[in-house]
Amino acid sequence: MSLNYVFRRFGVFLLIVWAGATINFLMPRMAPVNPIRERLLQAVSFGGAGKTDMEAVVATYEARFGLDQPLWKQYLRYLGDVARLDFGVSIANFPSRASDIIMRALPWTLGLLTTATLIAFALGTVLGALLAWPRSPGALHYFAAPFLALSAIPYYLLGLVLVFLLGFTLRAFPLGGGFTLGTLPGPTLAFAIDVIYHSIVPALSIVLSSVGFWALSMRGMMVTVQGEDYVNYAEARGLKSREIFFRYALRNALLPQTTALALAMGYVVSGAVLVEVVFAYPGVGTVLYRAVQTFDYFVIYGVVLMVILAIAVVTLILDLVYPLLDPRIAYRR
Amino acid sequence: MTLSPIFAAARRHPQLAAGLIVVFVVLAFGPVGTLFVDTDLSRVGAAEPNLSPSLEHLLGTDAAGRDLLAVMVAGTPLTLRVGFLAGAVGLGIGIILGFLAGYFGGLVDTLIRGAADVLLTVPGLLFLVVLATSLRTAVTVDMMALVVASLAWMLPTRTIRSQVLSMRERAYVQVARLSGMRDLEIIARELLPNLLPYLAASFVSAVGAAVLASIGLEALGLGPQNEPTLGMTIYWALFYTSLLRGMWWWWAPPIAMIVLIFLGLFLVSMGLDRIANPRIWKVSS
Repeated sequence: MSLNYVFRRFGVFLLIVWAGATINFLMPRMAPVNPIRERLLQAVSFGGAGKTDMEAVVATYEARFGLDQPLWKQYLRYLGDVARLDFGVSIANFPSRASDIIMRALPWTLGLLTTATLIAFALGTVLGALLAWPRSPGALHYFAAPFLALSAIPYYLLGLVLVFLLGFTLRAFPLGGGFTLGTLPGPTLAFAIDVIYHSIVPALSIVLSSVGFWALSMRGMMVTVQGEDYVNYAEARGLKSREIFFRYALRNALLPQTTALALAMGYVVSGAVLVEVVFAYPGVGTVLYRAVQTFDYFVIYGVVLMVILAIAVVTLILDLVYPLLDPRIAYRR
Repeated sequence: MTLSPIFAAARRHPQLAAGLIVVFVVLAFGPVGTLFVDTDLSRVGAAEPNLSPSLEHLLGTDAAGRDLLAVMVAGTPLTLRVGFLAGAVGLGIGIILGFLAGYFGGLVDTLIRGAADVLLTVPGLLFLVVLATSLRTAVTVDMMALVVASLAWMLPTRTIRSQVLSMRERAYVQVARLSGMRDLEIIARELLPNLLPYLAASFVSAVGAAVLASIGLEALGLGPQNEPTLGMTIYWALFYTSLLRGMWWWWAPPIAMIVLIFLGLFLVSMGLDRIANPRIWKVSS
């Protein structure tokens, strides 16, 4: 791996973040709706304040948020803020900062989705590998079929059905939320159990609907690998089929499968926005949902940028580590 | 003309056949439904609100007095329309850009591939959220389709580009070039016909992705507010906590319909995949 490759890869990283940030900056500003005015009008209609000095209030707020400056100045300021991970203050919950709101929600999302993604990955990979092994029992195909069908269904719709069955009808699990209301969040065992209890159904809906995806991709990988020369050579040498399966096919098929996992981990932050909405789970998805409802632009930008950053960082790390695992990559260009 | 060749083809590609049947049933549901159901009942306040299913309202009514069977009949074609329109626009852009990049190469290729790669790494749904919040005030169904299509072209572009790249150097293309065919003629007469299975598979997955994205946006409340699309129905069902009120007839029908759509598209794309990449499916079937 040459230094040139590292530098070039880092340049791509900056390009992705810059492009994401710029589109994120420009798109809302081309809209016909003035976010601050919209927000204040909404407040007026709810709060019943007099409409007489609306214009003055809007002007004050725009100056405060810097929205009265020329576009290029706003843009430069925005890029500076992005570099410092400062996304400004929330319009809907005025005194709190957008980054604080997101940071408070982030552990919930990371915890739920990392666990669910890893479980689905492990189950799916094993299932996919077995599906591609000529000597696995035929009944396995019938066992796998429901998972393949479930993989065609969006997480959150499956989640809704599961809440209805497990939460509403059987009353075995809570209907939503991250923990029982009224309990004090803290590092106690009781609270941890409560959190796990609340996360079982959301996690289940993600696992059930993504096992099939991992199984299909692993199966495809295995079949491709089984056609490779080194597998034929191992067969010609008379190795046992079990040994060929585990030491030659499985290990090589795991490599691209792991790449897909790393990418999926990058999407973890955004992947289940709607699952969180369905379950009223206190994560980034719910924050985004509320921000969309209230036109809370700075929080929306913040969430989108966080996700872009997460994905860009993961792909960067992946591209830097991958040549160490598979030396063919860096030379191929 | 007899139907036996069709049956023979269906036996050879059972998944494709099953998928096509499901997709056809879903497509026909709207037009056939209007013969039996008055879609005016899908408007707000058309019936008494919060009724459970009865003979008069087969799927009951929601909290705003919409008859849910009428909503399904009116909404399913709208959702399919967004999916097919966005899929077609996405694939169209993908074909043009993919051929430009793959056939001509050079700087064009670098630019197109760069743009597609950068956009593929960013989370589509979140970008659509930003775009849709900007348009929010008056989104129509067709605008929704264009919003979704704006991020539906990258995958087709990449698939088509790599296929064209590998085909460009094949012997029959070189023969065509030597016999004096022009570039456009080669693309239209030699390359496009050979790519048909890939294009069909790309189209199906583009439609699936577009339906998924549009329903996601709508369920977040970013769709056409007054149209009874399947996603908006789910949004209202979530908004008025139909789950806690035990109004299963509100959220279950749109979910069932969406599941049917995805299942049909999934089967079709699996079937097409077996035709386009026979090697992957050779081992165990």
